[in-house]
Amino acid sequence: MSKAESTETTGDGVIQSVSGPVVSARDLDARMNDVVYVGDEGLMGEVIEIEGNITTVQVYEETSGVGPGEPVENTGEPLSVDLGPGMLDAIYDGVQRPLDVLEGKMGSPYLDRGVDAPGIDLEKEWEFEPLVEVGDEVGRGDVVGVVEETVTIDHKVMVPPDALEEGETAEVVTIEAGSFDVTEPVAELSNGTEVTMHQEWPVREPRPSANKKTPRTPLVSGQRILDGLFPIAKGGTAAIPGPFGSGKTVTQHQLAKYADADIIVYVGCGERGNEMTEVIEDFPELEDPANGNPLMARTSLIANTSNMPVAARESCIYTGITIAEYYRDMGYDVALMADSTSRWAEAMREISSRLEEMPGEEGYPAYLAARLAQFYERAGYFENVNGTEGSVSAIGAVSPPGGDFSEPVTQNTLRIVKTFWALDADLAERRHFPSINWNESYSLYKNQLDPWFQENVEEDWPEKRQWAVDVLDEETELQEIVQLVGKDALPDDQQLTLEVARYLREAYLQQNAFHPVDTYCPPEKTYLMLTTIETFNDEAFDALEAGVPVEEIIDIESVPRINRIGVQEDYEEYVEELKADITEELRSLY
Amino acid sequence: MKEYQTITEISGPLVYAEVDEAIGYDEIVEIETAQGETLRGQVLESSEGVVAIQVFEGTSGIDQNASVRFLGETMKMPVTEDLLGRVLDGSGRPIDDGPEIVPEERQDIVGAAINPYSREYPEEFIETGVSAIDGMNTLVRGQKLPIFSSSGQPHSELAMQIARQASVPEEEESGDDEEGSEFAVIFGAMGITAEEANEFMEDFERTGALERSVVFMNLADDPAVERTVTPRMVLTTAEYLAFEKDYHVLVILTDMTNYCEALREIGAAREEVPGRRGYPGYMYTDLAQLYERAGRIQGREGSVTQIPILTMPGDDDTHPIPDLTGYITEGQIYVDPDLNSQGLEPPVNVLPSLSRLMDDGIGEGLTRADHGGVSDQMYAAYAEGEDLRDLVNIVGREALSERDNKYLDFADAFETEFVDQGFETNRDLEETLEIGWDLLSMLPKEELNRVDEEFIEEYYREDDSEREVVEAAD
Repeated sequence: MSKAESTETTGDGVIQSVSGPVVSARDLDARMNDVVYVGDEGLMGEVIEIEGNITTVQVYEETSGVGPGEPVENTGEPLSVDLGPGMLDAIYDGVQRPLDVLEGKMGSPYLDRGVDAPGIDLEKEWEFEPLVEVGDEVGRGDVVGVVEETVTIDHKVMVPPDALEEGETAEVVTIEAGSFDVTEPVAELSNGTEVTMHQEWPVREPRPSANKKTPRTPLVSGQRILDGLFPIAKGGTAAIPGPFGSGKTVTQHQLAKYADADIIVYVGCGERGNEMTEVIEDFPELEDPANGNPLMARTSLIANTSNMPVAARESCIYTGITIAEYYRDMGYDVALMADSTSRWAEAMREISSRLEEMPGEEGYPAYLAARLAQFYERAGYFENVNGTEGSVSAIGAVSPPGGDFSEPVTQNTLRIVKTFWALDADLAERRHFPSINWNESYSLYKNQLDPWFQENVEEDWPEKRQWAVDVLDEETELQEIVQLVGKDALPDDQQLTLEVARYLREAYLQQNAFHPVDTYCPPEKTYLMLTTIETFNDEAFDALEAGVPVEEIIDIESVPRINRIGVQEDYEEYVEELKADITEELRSLY
Repeated sequence: MKEYQTITEISGPLVYAEVDEAIGYDEIVEIETAQGETLRGQVLESSEGVVAIQVFEGTSGIDQNASVRFLGETMKMPVTEDLLGRVLDGSGRPIDDGPEIVPEERQDIVGAAINPYSREYPEEFIETGVSAIDGMNTLVRGQKLPIFSSSGQPHSELAMQIARQASVPEEEESGDDEEGSEFAVIFGAMGITAEEANEFMEDFERTGALERSVVFMNLADDPAVERTVTPRMVLTTAEYLAFEKDYHVLVILTDMTNYCEALREIGAAREEVPGRRGYPGYMYTDLAQLYERAGRIQGREGSVTQIPILTMPGDDDTHPIPDLTGYITEGQIYVDPDLNSQGLEPPVNVLPSLSRLMDDGIGEGLTRADHGGVSDQMYAAYAEGEDLRDLVNIVGREALSERDNKYLDFADAFETEFVDQGFETNRDLEETLEIGWDLLSMLPKEELNRVDEEFIEEYYREDDSEREVVEAAD
């Protein structure tokens, strides 16, 4: 192929071969990652390899019936998302096509091919309210006005980051309040830029920011084991690996429901269709614990189920994080849940093997670690280009084959993330939920988040946490002995420790996601629960020292009520009474 | 239609042929051998000038003089309500000497993905009459719940019991059921032995279940490649009956392990880069395209519920087949060799078993308000008893506390009274839960921390005599 021809502007190519989602085309003039339309039906695809005259394309739709000789048309644009009001309360597939619009357009409950739709409604009018005046100087990313996107969220309209150079400003020439659709300019700048509510951004490129900072605020989840023992920061990263049936998805759902972020982006990547339906049906009915509004008002869903085309599974993670970054630029705290990053990695593997690339570990491409790192690096606590602060927290579920954490996806993820919630099949089997293993999990944010908990909950939060960890550690050691000789062979004080640890496990660490009250536990309640168990611990050891036999201590009537703290709505009163009863009952024994 | 006599290479189940027109990916191909035999295949890879064809019946008898015809369409399944009561081969052709089937429609067997937005969340309880399932791992309409088993286990008996019993209350109801939906079973056999097939067929005929069933048979000596088509035929028929004819369809696929072996065989013949244990890297996607065809759709009456059966090689659930399946399906039922050798019928090990859709399908208004609590409590108690058994082996029962001994007794009784009901016994949910309360009453009241207090008030047997009365009434 001569150079002269490849500079032709038409650039259309012809399909040479088709193998599943991978299509090669001849004579296509394209750059890497350009979006192309493949075949007579115009299936959406992306350029992933160029070799001489042959361009390889991954197709985001089913390729049955597509054959050689059909045309390939280049759009000349990289894979991008539509950013603007309307992304919340929406549900997308992996390439940001709204699934509700697709259902209408296709007139069928099945996903047809070759139908495209913009990510946001281009005709809907929004009530624009300016925040700057004519004559004001604005820089890139600066907010010029707001529209009410949902009852919960004001969508800020920003100067696109590529409209001006860094540090450069321009004067606002016109700006006006009123009803506009997303394509109409709401403001004009002196350099000729027309600001609309609609921006496009290539998904594989992080949106610019001024600075990355150390996160110091926790993402409070209302889950005791997370907030209490292994907290994640706003702007932090976390991984939830676990074998099937250990509760990855329930944990992710709990976070999406109760985490105190402003915006939730939930990416269902290669998972079950019914699970996504559950989210679609449940979230509009659930209340945002912060303000009582519908939960969907702060949520954007991306659903690329396991039977939807594999290439769109590869892109859905990027679609999600780009949407998250856009809200971060407005100064919001965004939490992104990706369920599951293993399916994403497998999609990379599948495409890679169809390209006949040299495989790395377990058949995954050699660039797996780099891609994972790039994704998690897009999370963080940022100073934005417009001077506001915002964060993206990334929480990725991992599905290791056979539950074996030594496999490449888990290992490469653990090298990057700072919070590790290890799910445990043994705990799940005995219905200990959330089945997060307290010995294996960790959070590297603990110390930097302690000041927040001390200020907002209680001064001795770190000490109490350490006490709980110590008791649980001791229990693990003692259990090894119990396995050999039985519980009764242990000395009294150790038997008592086992009993205290049992309450920690059964009352404190377990939490019923399906109970209307227990499902969300504010940090204050988490704290009080722990102190109740500690009260029992302290009083019980005093009693033991005073010569009361351990059986009698364990048998007191009031202690089992600890197990019911979780389901109490008026927990403060309940806890106070319970503490008094435990103390009284134990002291009456000596 | 153009005929080619241009076969260049034959390798395992694959045939490569030169062509001078554009052939679509996945298109159906007919190959006529010199002996006049017609074989069917599918385009696996289409390039300019050459296509790779996977031949369903195997490539024996094909030589370079065989003629190749491209039918210009992807694989279709002729569907009609008249399929009920029929026995077909693995490619959907009748083998029961019945009348010719006149299709109402011909549907693409690949099946497009259901838009998650159009799905309806499954939450209608299916009573299987098996306590270990109804009580502990409840099945709901539109769920996919596989049976994880291993060679030599009675998984087929369990599947047949479910197929038989799940249907009965459904039919009784259908009179006053305002939806008026009927129940149908579609049975897809992939690579099972003729003997197993006979057992299934006998059971179907004995119970009269055949008239509301469609049977697809690909036997062990049928071509392996055909197995990759059979489940798609099955599911296309299921979707048609469920979403166009309002049936509640229960699909039983056995054995998924044979299906995956066939995938591996094709992958190897194509010289693909293998994934774990030689299975193709796209096996997750491929399996998902089958399992995800279970479900309910908004505005349609019917449902597709799947019970795939797979035999785990070496009884190892980390093997790629059960592993990938477990990540796609909504739970799993384990058939346990130890329990089987103890004579439990069905030998279901409830501890690793799970039904993900259970929580939304049970409770007040759906089954019974105490269902969730009873199930959780029995899980926890059985797990504790199971742990203690290890300890007993070392220190003996006498060394254990009274509390521990109660848990041991509970675990034993759970297996013999709750799980071991026999393949012929059909228990309704009420009975299952009552037995559950009998067992829980073996434990002290204070130990029941997962059941709401009001239910303990209502159902806990205060003294043993009460318990025996219930048992005697059984």
